Amino acid sequence: MSETSHKYWLLVTGLVLAVLAAIIISTGMGYIHVSAIDIIQVIAAGLDGSRFVEGLDQAVPFVVMDVRLPRILTAALVGGGLAMSGVIYQGILLNPLADPYTLGVSSGAAFGASLAILANLTMLGQYSVPLFAFCGAVATLFMVLYLSTFNGQMSANTLILSGVIVGAILSAGISFLKYLADEQVAVIIFWLMGSFASRSWSDVGLVAVALTAGSCIGLFYGRDLDIMSLGGRSADSLGVETARTRTVLLLTASLVTAVCVAVSGIIGFIGLIIPHLMRFVVGPNNRRLLPVSILAGAGLLLMADTVTRAVLPVEVPIGVLTALIGGPFFCVIFRRRQRGLRYE
Amino acid sequence: MNDGYELHEVCYAYDGVRAVDDFTITLPRGKFYGIVGPNGCGKTTLLDILIGSRNPDTGTVRFAGRVMHEYSRRELARQVALVPQDFAIGFAFTVEEVVLMGRHPYISRFASPSAEDWRIVEDAMDTIGIRHFTTRYVNELSGGEKQRVVVARALAQDTPVLLFDEATSNLDVRYTLHIFNVVRRLVNDEGKTVIAVIQNLNLAAAYCDEILFMKGGRLLKHGPVSRVMKPSTIKEVFEVESEMRMDSYSGSLQVSFRYRSS
Repeated sequence: MSETSHKYWLLVTGLVLAVLAAIIISTGMGYIHVSAIDIIQVIAAGLDGSRFVEGLDQAVPFVVMDVRLPRILTAALVGGGLAMSGVIYQGILLNPLADPYTLGVSSGAAFGASLAILANLTMLGQYSVPLFAFCGAVATLFMVLYLSTFNGQMSANTLILSGVIVGAILSAGISFLKYLADEQVAVIIFWLMGSFASRSWSDVGLVAVALTAGSCIGLFYGRDLDIMSLGGRSADSLGVETARTRTVLLLTASLVTAVCVAVSGIIGFIGLIIPHLMRFVVGPNNRRLLPVSILAGAGLLLMADTVTRAVLPVEVPIGVLTALIGGPFFCVIFRRRQRGLRYE
Repeated sequence: MNDGYELHEVCYAYDGVRAVDDFTITLPRGKFYGIVGPNGCGKTTLLDILIGSRNPDTGTVRFAGRVMHEYSRRELARQVALVPQDFAIGFAFTVEEVVLMGRHPYISRFASPSAEDWRIVEDAMDTIGIRHFTTRYVNELSGGEKQRVVVARALAQDTPVLLFDEATSNLDVRYTLHIFNVVRRLVNDEGKTVIAVIQNLNLAAAYCDEILFMKGGRLLKHGPVSRVMKPSTIKEVFEVESEMRMDSYSGSLQVSFRYRSS
């Protein structure tokens, strides 16, 4: 027992260090190259509110503190948030193929955002689109929960089916909005493909708050979620408030997803791949799985964003990049799962 | 006051179809009860009501003198354990982890399992004889092995009342008898109460103190084995011909059926 827990903490420490290193290294990459030491100096100065470091080009502190770091931190936090939601969705739906998209939550957010862009709603300034995305996600979640509840009970299967149904309707709605959009269509399409370009510190703060709150709730109910994988009746008889725990966790995961989508657009597959990979490494115990998944998700999305920002000659939308990496992975899981079923 | 279950005019319906119909019964502690009846007669729904997973539409259920819904899930889980019929386990937990889940109602949210918890888990695994595969993954076990893991989990829950929902349906004769012997011993030596849905009438006759015959959601007959286990009852409940005799080899009442209609 103690040996596995020793290994686990080693893994957590390793991941923390890797994410920190990735943040520093990727901040240095880009049109203007900055060395790691300079970055640390700039951040140290920036924490005191200063934008001036002796012996450095005046532009460097601004590039680091106002352009790159907000984008990089947003990418890392969104990656962590999507992975966290993935762990919770997979735990509740008992399905390794579940992620924020399976429940239609992302489509709801996308619909809200498209609506705001099309109607050119600007009464809330730069927050109009994120706010509409958020409302769309929450409304979709309640719709899906309502559809999947029969006789006061809901099952993983009805949840997934309801999510697919609502998601399909919303996708049609988004297509219709695009059709109506005329010259605005490009804005909608780019938003839907996801991007971290020109993120600000307020975005960082928003996702950080959502992720922190979400992971606390996730860890709080971690053991209950483990037990819920035995099925509702067994969980009830083991003293878990199954219905309440499921609702709280679904709401938590969906709110975190909504914030992530609102900030960055649609970024798929992180919430699917990371929990799955991490389950191979640390097992299905959710209280161990959540922290490592958040860290790994942060690292992976940060690296993907850095590749499109600083390595590729043209900036590919991050949502397209993660789908290109994640899609084939999805196929592999699907095949494995089908094989596993046949042997049972 | 009764320290076991008291059900008074309990009804539960799914979309207007009554699965449990006007159930009134008192089940004092310290006995082995068998619930017998045809498929779909409401046995599982009755167990759901007894573990508090479903609330009756009308009527009251009391446990140890208190109305069921006054108990929190956690409190109830320290009193009543369930061995369910279906035991799909979604993820690759080890056998040991699953049995440890039986200790959930005792472990506070931010604590780790204590030495006492581990001792009880190990005892439960020894009792059921699954100690030799504690580190295997449950989703790789056979149906019968899984079922024994789930029984061990219920024992680890260390409750005065144990409910079994056809819990030995996947087991071969050897393990079926082993589990029934373990359970019977718990009733005799530790005064536990066992309420088990049993399909096999001979097993029910051999191990139970009292039998509840159910049909169409109703309680048809209830009483000590020797009084209610009769060909006339079996005819009424299952609509099959049978003969009942005292079997000297098993030392209990046993049923024989007329297998062919010719």
